Amino acid sequence: MEKFTSIKGIAATMLNKSGNQLSLMMNIDTDMIIPKQFLKTIKRSGLGKNLFDEMRYDMNGNEIESFILNKDPFTKAKILIAGKNFGCGSSREHAPWSILDFGIKVIIAPSFADIFFNNCFKNGILPIKLSEDKINLLVDDSMKGIEFEVNLIDQLIIIKDKELPFDVDAINKDCLVKGLDDIGSTLERSSFIDEYEKITLDNFAWRNPVKD
Amino acid sequence: MSEPKTIYDKIWESHLVYEDNNDCLLYIDRHLIHEVTSPQAFEGLRMSNRSVRKPLNALAVADHNIPTTDRSKGIGDQESELQIQTLEDNCNEFGIQYIKTNDKRQGIVHIIGPEQGFTLPGLTIVCGDSHTSTHGAFGALAHGIGTSEVEHVLATQTLIQKKAKNFKVTINGECNENVTAKDLALSVIGAIGTAGGTGYVIEYAGEAVRSLSIEGRMTLCNLTIEAGARAGLIAPDEKTFKYLKDRPMAPKGEDWDRAVDYWKTLPSDEGAKYDKSIEIDATNLSPLVTWGTSPEDVISIDGNIPKLEDIEDDSKRSAVKRSLDYMDLIPGSPIKGVEIDRVFIGSCTNGRIEDLREAASVVEGKKVSSNVVAMVVPGSGLVKEQAEKEGLDKIFLNAGFEWREPGCSMCLAMNADKLSPKERCASTSNRNFEGRQGREGRTHLVSPSMAAAAAIKGCLTDVRELTN
Repeated sequence: MEKFTSIKGIAATMLNKSGNQLSLMMNIDTDMIIPKQFLKTIKRSGLGKNLFDEMRYDMNGNEIESFILNKDPFTKAKILIAGKNFGCGSSREHAPWSILDFGIKVIIAPSFADIFFNNCFKNGILPIKLSEDKINLLVDDSMKGIEFEVNLIDQLIIIKDKELPFDVDAINKDCLVKGLDDIGSTLERSSFIDEYEKITLDNFAWRNPVKD
Repeated sequence: MSEPKTIYDKIWESHLVYEDNNDCLLYIDRHLIHEVTSPQAFEGLRMSNRSVRKPLNALAVADHNIPTTDRSKGIGDQESELQIQTLEDNCNEFGIQYIKTNDKRQGIVHIIGPEQGFTLPGLTIVCGDSHTSTHGAFGALAHGIGTSEVEHVLATQTLIQKKAKNFKVTINGECNENVTAKDLALSVIGAIGTAGGTGYVIEYAGEAVRSLSIEGRMTLCNLTIEAGARAGLIAPDEKTFKYLKDRPMAPKGEDWDRAVDYWKTLPSDEGAKYDKSIEIDATNLSPLVTWGTSPEDVISIDGNIPKLEDIEDDSKRSAVKRSLDYMDLIPGSPIKGVEIDRVFIGSCTNGRIEDLREAASVVEGKKVSSNVVAMVVPGSGLVKEQAEKEGLDKIFLNAGFEWREPGCSMCLAMNADKLSPKERCASTSNRNFEGRQGREGRTHLVSPSMAAAAAIKGCLTDVRELTN
């Protein structure tokens, strides 16, 4: 996995409109992020072009101009800002794969669905939880296409002379910063697994699968 | 004496391989695998020259992508065929038991796990599918994982986890006739919202939960993920043991007795602490239906679609506006009587034998409305076989339903079963998201009996008016 220390880029904000009121789009689900017709692949790569497919293209496959990721400079966005409960629904890791393949490496939202949140860290994407009030401070600058810097080492979002701190779990941070392979580090602890299995086999034989 | 524990605490502690502050390694007993979220995991193993630690602890089946029409001549769609073939090849290469597409045990992964006795109380069960929460109905800690974690479990039989918090949902009282486990689940999601359970494992308790059949409990736990919780749990009891006894992969003989003794220790201790609790009264509940594009958008069948001006929160109001535009519904109008084009009965939420019986009892002797295309997709080959033994297929076919082969089908519409743009569907599945059942398709989530009633009347309808 690629190491994540700091990135600089444009931030795109997902907004909903009701009358003249714009607000952060909530409950963006993984079916929206990558619709099921793209899950037939047996690879991880190449999904970026289908990110938000049904919001991004019309029935004939033409780009819908008003959609944020179709508008310059947001076609090159590296940061995505959205409303609460981002990534709810299906566990499909195709969602973070498509986000990453598009070029987005940071998602800022008030809250994330559990499975999606975990999936992000396995793919070198940083999901940042910020309160809705704090996110609203970022929206104007994002819409103007001003460059954001997200510094994971110092846990800061930097926009011009503004700095906004964010929290991240220490283990998750370490994983991203070092670009660690989870499986590799677990296998280094395989003696614990061996020991656990030995005890389990002795005391809880019923836990072993019965071969049909 | 030690601190009183919840069932979640007990399963968690009995599966800890390693713990260092927040850094926990949890042992995984069972791993269910399907064709969509596994190919990249097996590819990862091959690329790093790793093997599967415990192949016998995994069970694989194709369900998401598979056609529900006659499959004897193959899959049809090339990409789907490749994905299903890749699953079979991967299972052969790594020594994992694979249920073939022409095997009568084939079906939706969350239906075959319990059917085969692969799912047991007190175990940890994972699958690259969010509806793995279904297996919590047996008192197992079961949850969905991503593909990277599928690879991690294959290679190590463990997961790196953080302990979730305990959330107790007590459902008191007795359900009225035609109010089902699906309605209970939708009422919970309506009450706490789709993010209400985020960071928690939900334990269901109370009279209404105890009196549910095992099938009903599976429906309730299945939909727990729609409330954002990592898992749903119901303490095992005699019903659980009776359901599992003599299943092909359940323990036998002395092992069975020891297992039951252990399972009886699983229910939460008196005085166990929960981080959050709510109580719901089932007594006055009516059959429910969703009006929007999130499973939390729930109303009673005799209720009205919300008005925008009644919603105070700005983001919520704009989300509702978007939903109602997408669903093409008039704010403030009754949900009952909204015309539908399609009916889907099936899925890991409601594709079990009891669900089909429930729907058939409404359908019997009646005809599907001429405006409606209706289909029944049994959750597994064994469900289909049992239904045919009971003559349910005849009831559905005589009424004008299609009777299909098992699979996930139009719950996620990866195969040919999908809504056309603007079509409206009464569906027993689990998600009413935009595009979920087909681009621009409109989904109303309901119970099997409510879906059956909608098929007969050609519109969203109160099943009680048909059966009383």
